[in-house]
Amino acid sequence: MLSIFYQGLPAFNPPQDDIVAELSEIESKLADVVPDSSEARALTAREEELQKLQATINKSFLSKPPAPGSREAGIGPALMGSIWVCVGCSVFFLPLGVGTAVFLEEFKPRNKFLRWLSDMLQLNISNLAGVPSIVYGILGMTVFATMFGLFGSPNDPFFELGTKFKRQYVTEGMQVVFVPVSERDEVPTLSNGMTALKSDGTEVKLNIIGDDDEFPEDDETLNVSLLSDSEGGVVAENAWYSFRLPFGRSVLAASMTLMLVILPVVIISTQEALRAVPTSLRQGAQGLGCTPWQTVRNVTLPAAIPGIMTGCILSMSRAIGEAAPILMISGIVAISMGPQHLMDDFSILPLQIFYWAGQPVNEADPHNFQHVAAGAIIVLLLVLFAFNSVAILLRQIAQKQLS
Amino acid sequence: MPPKTKPKFLSRPSNSESGQVHPNIISMDNFCAWYGDFQALHNLKLDIPENRVTAFIGPSGCGKSTLLKWINRMNDIVPGARASGKLVLPDIDILSRSTDVVALRRRIGIVFQKPNPFPKSIFDNIAFGPRLHFAKLSKSDLDDLVEWALKKAALWNEVKDRLNKSALGLSGGQQQRLCIARAIAVGPDILLMDEPCSALDPASTARIEDLIFELREQYSIVIVTHNMQQAARCSDRTAFFFEGKIIEEGETEDVFTRPKEQQTEDYVTGKFG
Repeated sequence: MLSIFYQGLPAFNPPQDDIVAELSEIESKLADVVPDSSEARALTAREEELQKLQATINKSFLSKPPAPGSREAGIGPALMGSIWVCVGCSVFFLPLGVGTAVFLEEFKPRNKFLRWLSDMLQLNISNLAGVPSIVYGILGMTVFATMFGLFGSPNDPFFELGTKFKRQYVTEGMQVVFVPVSERDEVPTLSNGMTALKSDGTEVKLNIIGDDDEFPEDDETLNVSLLSDSEGGVVAENAWYSFRLPFGRSVLAASMTLMLVILPVVIISTQEALRAVPTSLRQGAQGLGCTPWQTVRNVTLPAAIPGIMTGCILSMSRAIGEAAPILMISGIVAISMGPQHLMDDFSILPLQIFYWAGQPVNEADPHNFQHVAAGAIIVLLLVLFAFNSVAILLRQIAQKQLS
Repeated sequence: MPPKTKPKFLSRPSNSESGQVHPNIISMDNFCAWYGDFQALHNLKLDIPENRVTAFIGPSGCGKSTLLKWINRMNDIVPGARASGKLVLPDIDILSRSTDVVALRRRIGIVFQKPNPFPKSIFDNIAFGPRLHFAKLSKSDLDDLVEWALKKAALWNEVKDRLNKSALGLSGGQQQRLCIARAIAVGPDILLMDEPCSALDPASTARIEDLIFELREQYSIVIVTHNMQQAARCSDRTAFFFEGKIIEEGETEDVFTRPKEQQTEDYVTGKFG
């Protein structure tokens, strides 16, 4: 994936090469006559700008994590976060959005009360399409991240799967060691000779110093020595399938929040696509003795697929560029790794751009975070373009099959 | 190729002459239908014989299509549509709430005014019904069934080389015959046709009329038509509808040549309608 993005980037080079050639030509002509040409100075400034942009966007920019200095900063974790969140979002919004639209459009109730209820639902969906996305952020925070506090706080979840806990201690030799525990709040009783893990995974035997014990002299023993009353912090280690209730500030919560943002648009556009399927096709299927579900499954949905896909593509484009709802859920702009599982912390590109664009300009250093933000924007647009191209291609194939 | 001879009602033996008995397949008595507060049909009494072509004629809005749609309950999905009275097959009460509408529609196929092939291949259009309704058919069985249905609908020779092409590429008349083939592929007893030729040119119309005449050997056909000549050409019995009532009903020959009612005579001779 990354290499595809990178291949698109050298398109920035040719204009610069032209300018360099042009520049050296002008310089050679003017060097003797006018030592300090204002025209040459202007070109140098343009060249500098391009160089800055080129220096910003390169292969390592796509993989590096954000850094305090603008020259070292990269968008790796944010790019991966964006991809994770968008793929997660499409897993949820496709079945839910298309399903809701099919229900509202093809299974209209005949009962008067139910019909009123379905009309109200329709009205609400139309209204929700215009709600600002930050509102969805707050809603997603309450419903998915904290789950109304029904399952405890995200830091002390009611239910956890695939998570291992360790107690982290700092030894007298200033070394970090971990003692595996089975539960989050379990405090292990430290005893002499018990096994602990170092950060690199190697096992060590702990030397516990009681109140009456002597303090060891050699560094080697100090490195594995702990005071008997030392307290350790909890460290959680999640497997790829890890899951918890409530979801906390995780990729999953963000995906579902983005799903809320685009669901009304998906439902409305899918309804339009279904409405565009001629009634005669439905009647034809029903005349052959199809149940309502068979009619939808075999006739109406296949005929509406190109229209449905158009709506979904537009919605996905909106989802990938949304910053506000994710600002509520995550708000992280400095993270060293992309998400490893659905419950992981994450950042996304729009959020990263938003943060960098707001950084103060350093007059002394020509390379600022604004350049990094500009590079990230270009990458975001390319990702968007790649998403849409694939989707439009799929739509074309679907359309060809129908006609 | 479909038969060149044009069937004329005068040239073939009618029921009474041959002495052949055709039991009724659909009977209705005191049948009324409403759309909301509007009563579309008033106290109809009509018997539709088996293996005959019955034509419903009458001016627009007289309730012919409404009756047709009630026969296989297509009106179920229309909000506010309801009916009362007796409308039965020999073994099924069509209007009963407990009637399995899906099974009913398999027995009573329908062909609509406008050809409505599915946006699939010709083969898939015909195989659509059988695939859903019959227990797992083998590939060769399905091929045979599709060929049989297309031959029945006099379309096989025209499409046998392009079964996998889209059905939307066929001409209007071919599409309508495809729809007839699609309807008979699920093996119905009765075929309802709602103005099947009104969107077609005269040549296509003639082929469909030939087809209707042939199909009556195996199916009981009910055809709604605006075209008096068509009713005269291809039907055995005719019912004349006016303002939701059946004015006259009988052998096609009698209705067209010796109408009992003044209104019928005015309509079939073209004085109104």
